[in-house]
Amino acid sequence: MNDVIVIDNLSKSYKQLKAVDDLSFRIKRGELFAFLGINGAGKSTTINIICGQLKKDQGKVYIADMDIDKNLQLIKHKIGVVFQNSLLDPQLSVKDNLQVKASLYSMKKDEIKKRVEYLAELLDFKSYINRPIGKLSGGQKRRIDIARALLHQPEILILDEPTTGLDPQTRKMMWNVINKLRKEKDMTVLLTTHYMEEASEADYVVIIDSGKKVAEGTPLELKNKYVGDYMLIYNTDEDKIKRLNLPYEKIPLGYRIEVKDTKEATELIKNNSDLFIDYELIKGKMDDVFLRVTGKSLEVK
Amino acid sequence: MTQLLYMTKRNIKLFFKDKGMFFASLITPLILLVLYATFLGKVYKDSFTSSMPETLDVSARIIDGVIAGQLTSSILAVSCVTVSFCSNMIMVNDKATKAINDYKITPVKSYMISLSYYIATLVSTLIIVYVAFFACLIYTSAVGFFMSASDVFLIMLDVLLVSMFGLSLSSIINFFLKSQGQISAVGTIVSAGYGFICGAYMPLSNFSKGLQNVLSFLPGTYGTSLFRNHCMQGALKAFENEGIRVDVIDKIKTSVDCNLFFFDNKVSIVSMYLVIVLSVVVLFGIYVLMNYLKERKAG
Repeated sequence: MNDVIVIDNLSKSYKQLKAVDDLSFRIKRGELFAFLGINGAGKSTTINIICGQLKKDQGKVYIADMDIDKNLQLIKHKIGVVFQNSLLDPQLSVKDNLQVKASLYSMKKDEIKKRVEYLAELLDFKSYINRPIGKLSGGQKRRIDIARALLHQPEILILDEPTTGLDPQTRKMMWNVINKLRKEKDMTVLLTTHYMEEASEADYVVIIDSGKKVAEGTPLELKNKYVGDYMLIYNTDEDKIKRLNLPYEKIPLGYRIEVKDTKEATELIKNNSDLFIDYELIKGKMDDVFLRVTGKSLEVK
Repeated sequence: MTQLLYMTKRNIKLFFKDKGMFFASLITPLILLVLYATFLGKVYKDSFTSSMPETLDVSARIIDGVIAGQLTSSILAVSCVTVSFCSNMIMVNDKATKAINDYKITPVKSYMISLSYYIATLVSTLIIVYVAFFACLIYTSAVGFFMSASDVFLIMLDVLLVSMFGLSLSSIINFFLKSQGQISAVGTIVSAGYGFICGAYMPLSNFSKGLQNVLSFLPGTYGTSLFRNHCMQGALKAFENEGIRVDVIDKIKTSVDCNLFFFDNKVSIVSMYLVIVLSVVVLFGIYVLMNYLKERKAG
């Protein structure tokens, strides 16, 4: 696996405000990379620099082995972006919207036609391809946003909070399509999201706060490093729980105790087998990781 | 080339499908129509009739032809500029809705996007103004048609040139606009104000000498005068054939802005064309320069 995005010591300021502060990370080809941070943490600024919409103050950015300072035009062919807010023309039909965008990648008429047909099949919007965007539901529009980002078969897909406000069915369909493309085309996905269950599915996670990287690793590494596991024990009495000499919390029908990791949990079960008749071992969540690392929680808008 | 074609088509479609923008561009010509239908036409007709020597019995059809020519020239002079301002608002709208960001992430050059706005605005403006001209021709035919084929051809040329003037001017102004509020403000100011300063609502000859001198610096006034000449010269020629003295006709021409003066110097038709063409070239040059500097700044 080689690095398809390399960010080295990237900095960007808006007057006095440091939006991105000496940020460095790498994204491997084919990876699902989650880029997390609260609003204003510097995610959008970093993405805008990667897309060539914003000039950086310092640092280096390499996309598919090309320096953004020297090969921006070529790099733009490699990237597809699904923006947080839909930027489709509501008065125009789905087909018109897709054709216009495809033409900007110098695609020929026949090529555009074939690609639009393929994406209509893939994302299941054939039935409303001639309908104006303004008359589509939120989920239908999101499909078109994704199709628009995939028209030129990008190597890297940037998804800026793509599922915010989507119904579960559309969200599932979207991830199915993206995972299919990742598998078949080795497409790299850079995801920003406020849904931690989506971040948990990522291969690698970087968390930023106030423009700085505060944590990175696989979801499992982050969970192990920043939050412990916990056990839910049911159908027992409090005296037995007290015997464990561990902090505990009362929950309906049982008790919740924190353990450092699975190893500690296993030891605990072995040594107190009479207590563990009805229980669950639950891994820490990405929400807890985020809260622990930044001291802030991600709120879904 | 495919990029330019698709983007231009997109901009034209957006203008004609955006009912608000489309009707806003027609407000000024509609105001003119209402003004003429309610009282302005009658005022001008009475004014013409009273200025004629009592001994002469001038055909009412010729007078109606002159008034129709005045109405046509006013509508065209205003429409060329206000319609191009409104249709060019697609450019600002794209900035306001951030749709432009979706284009900036593509490999398309920013000058190509600017050019697509320019061509689309020109095409949209020409479609609307030529349709308006056609409607005016039907009306003129009904009341008194005195235009020659060359007059019609020259009016069509005037429409092209004055539209390009309006387009170049609006491109520069719209370049700095970024929000819906600014779009509304500029649209309202242009729609309401341009008719006055170009002499479409009221001939410049009715204004004070000082104001006339100030307005003579604005290229748009020469555009209006070109329309006046080509829309009315046929009917005015018919006056001559009815036996009205040339000096009387010349006074009429001055009163309706067919004769335009730059500090007491009469401006010839050729000079009027030169002013418009040069304005288009200079304004377009400024627009290109602004785009170049913007692209260079963006890296």
